[in-house]
Amino acid sequence: MSQRAPLLDAFLSALVALGLFAPMVGLETTVGVHGIVLVPRPLAVAALVGAVFVLRLAVRLWQARRPPAPAGAGAVRIGRAWAGMGRFLVPVLLAAALLMPWVASRATIDLGVLLLTYVMLGWGLNIVVGLAGLLDLGYVAFYAVGAYAYALIAENTGLGFWSCLPAAGALAALWGITLGFPVLRLRGDYLAIVTLAFGEIIRIVLLNWVSLTGGPNGIAGIPRPTLFGLRFTMTDDPGTFAGFFHLVPSPVQRQMFLYYIILALALLTNWVTLRLRRQPLGRVWEALREDEIACRSLGINITTTKLTAFAVGACFGGFAGAFFATRQGFISPESFTFMESATVLAIVVLGGMGSQLGVVLATLIMIGAPEMFRALADYRMLIFGLALVVMMVLRPRGLVTERKPSVTLGRGAAAIPAALIAEGHG
Amino acid sequence: MAAAEALLEVRGLGMRFGGIVALDDVSFTARRGEITAVIGPNGAGKTTAFNCITGFYRPSAGSLQLTHADGRGFALAAMPGHLIARRARVARTFQNIRLFAGMTVLENLLVAQHVPLMAATGLGVLAILGLGRYRAAERHAIAKARLWLERTDLLARADDPAGALPYGAQRRLEIARAMCTDPVLLCLDEPAAGLNPRETAALDALLRGIRDEGCSLLLIEHDMGMVMRVSDHIIVLDHGRKLGDGTPAEIRADPRVIAAYLGEDEEDADHLAPADAP
Ligand SMILES: Nc1ncnc2c1ncn2[C@@H]1O[C@H](COP(=O)(O)OP(=O)(O)O)[C@@H](O)[C@H]1O
Ligand SMILES: [Mg+2]
Repeated sequence: MSQRAPLLDAFLSALVALGLFAPMVGLETTVGVHGIVLVPRPLAVAALVGAVFVLRLAVRLWQARRPPAPAGAGAVRIGRAWAGMGRFLVPVLLAAALLMPWVASRATIDLGVLLLTYVMLGWGLNIVVGLAGLLDLGYVAFYAVGAYAYALIAENTGLGFWSCLPAAGALAALWGITLGFPVLRLRGDYLAIVTLAFGEIIRIVLLNWVSLTGGPNGIAGIPRPTLFGLRFTMTDDPGTFAGFFHLVPSPVQRQMFLYYIILALALLTNWVTLRLRRQPLGRVWEALREDEIACRSLGINITTTKLTAFAVGACFGGFAGAFFATRQGFISPESFTFMESATVLAIVVLGGMGSQLGVVLATLIMIGAPEMFRALADYRMLIFGLALVVMMVLRPRGLVTERKPSVTLGRGAAAIPAALIAEGHG
Repeated sequence: MAAAEALLEVRGLGMRFGGIVALDDVSFTARRGEITAVIGPNGAGKTTAFNCITGFYRPSAGSLQLTHADGRGFALAAMPGHLIARRARVARTFQNIRLFAGMTVLENLLVAQHVPLMAATGLGVLAILGLGRYRAAERHAIAKARLWLERTDLLARADDPAGALPYGAQRRLEIARAMCTDPVLLCLDEPAAGLNPRETAALDALLRGIRDEGCSLLLIEHDMGMVMRVSDHIIVLDHGRKLGDGTPAEIRADPRVIAAYLGEDEEDADHLAPADAP
């Protein structure tokens, strides 16, 4: 039995492959003289099915030769390696982020702005999903609220980016609380579905409330940010950055300015999160993810605690939205689709829920890699799917899975392995 | 403890789940400064009674009146769960241990002190900026945690994840965590389940110490040896009804109790498998 099992398994896999590939690959449509004709391609199918058979057999034989490792042992080992690398990776990444615009091309700075926007969104959502364990599929709603809040306030009052930024964050937080009130009673899948719907509702309202938001046409002419009142334009009037510092005006100056704004906003998000984690509020978010019932028995108000997580996460989403609006100068509901929520959530999950460094690494992989390998764009979804499968097999808890204690009695407490950490169910 | 006053008065407590009557017209009094044990076979409704007292279930009938030493009264049946812990100061442990497994032992004890700590952070905002009384409050909280770690013999494990502790240590940690909320009434659901005799003896001493310092206890326990050693008063439940009520000596002698629980199979009674409930 043990001898034949791998063969049988490989045979079954090949059979499934045959069923799949026969219609998908085995028939090619070509335009013939009398319209479209089907050309059978038995060789291609045979090659694919054969490859599946051989690969499956090889995998099974390899597995049989090695005794099964204790579950998660590999993950722990890699986790250790990451944790060790984190100590040196963080300063390197930070230095690279700070210096990059001085040496990079305009296209690279643009990519940097994009990456940092996703890093910031990832860090913001990490508060809700990673720390508090609340699965939020509609995070883009707060991004949209922040963007439209800034655009509309600026349009109607003439205030600049810096005066509107707190208002955009506050409005997003308010929406976070408004959404949170009715839905935080729900748990798990139900919460996920309702937050997903909320994200869509916001987008559809933006699309249809034409008198306020301009509907599908969006809002254009959103004011650009200024540096202490100095504008970034292509002239060198005294009121502009170039004029004030007697520089030759160049679009790179504005680009670098935008880059440093989003870098500062992202680092602010990170700083606040790291501080909160070491304080009662952040600690109780994690406790909530671990065990809600125990929290309640300790006198903790679960609803308000969840609301604070939603509000803080939403607030940073709002900041990022305001930045997006000022960077683009134009926003429309199209920028706030479910795809954005899914991408940010994927970043958080891939990074390892609750890990700040993980979010950065995951953004580099999720957003950076596709931009770098544009030539492979046709295979993007294929690679994405493969990567997901590989992740699920090798590191189902994400890249950085360990948790550092927020407070210690002695020195140098060890990190807590993922196996002990709950993922939350609400 | 002569003529101790009533701390918790349970009157006509009833709890129904659809057709199941888990508690039916149960009345008893837990007195201040005493250890009151609740015993009974599995499924008797002991955990359900705890869940009613600590606000996890809303009783179908009856009243639960808690009176603090300063005379303030709390009608527990009408209070939300977290306020029962926060205002009425009733703490509890769980039959199937509920620790924050992915957090360290010390973190578990700090979460228990969340309410006073949060007040000291200025709703979380001031502390981010490094302002407010937060530093002092945290030092105070860590000192209290350290005290309870010493008393539960967990100090050496303070920085280890709670989920990595051995079973007995997890049980003790749950008690330490409950005590960090400064309760007037501590409800323990089978704290000796799964402990070895040495650990059980240490638990005896711990519970007596807690009682002597002024926190009253309500104790569900199947280990009759322990119940008889530490309790000041025992309540016997069976099939959701109260069967008897008295001092350990009286309970030992009560023929109905013996028939229902103690007499039949004392061996069995000691090793009843824990039922699950929150
Ligand atoms: N949430 C619930 N839903 C339905 N039945 C329950 C629930 N909780 C307890 N019960 C029932 O109430 C009875 C008493 O259970 P419990 O209080 O756990 O007993 P004990 O703790 O004394 O062993 C049992 O029959 C149990 O099945
Ligand atoms: Mg029970």
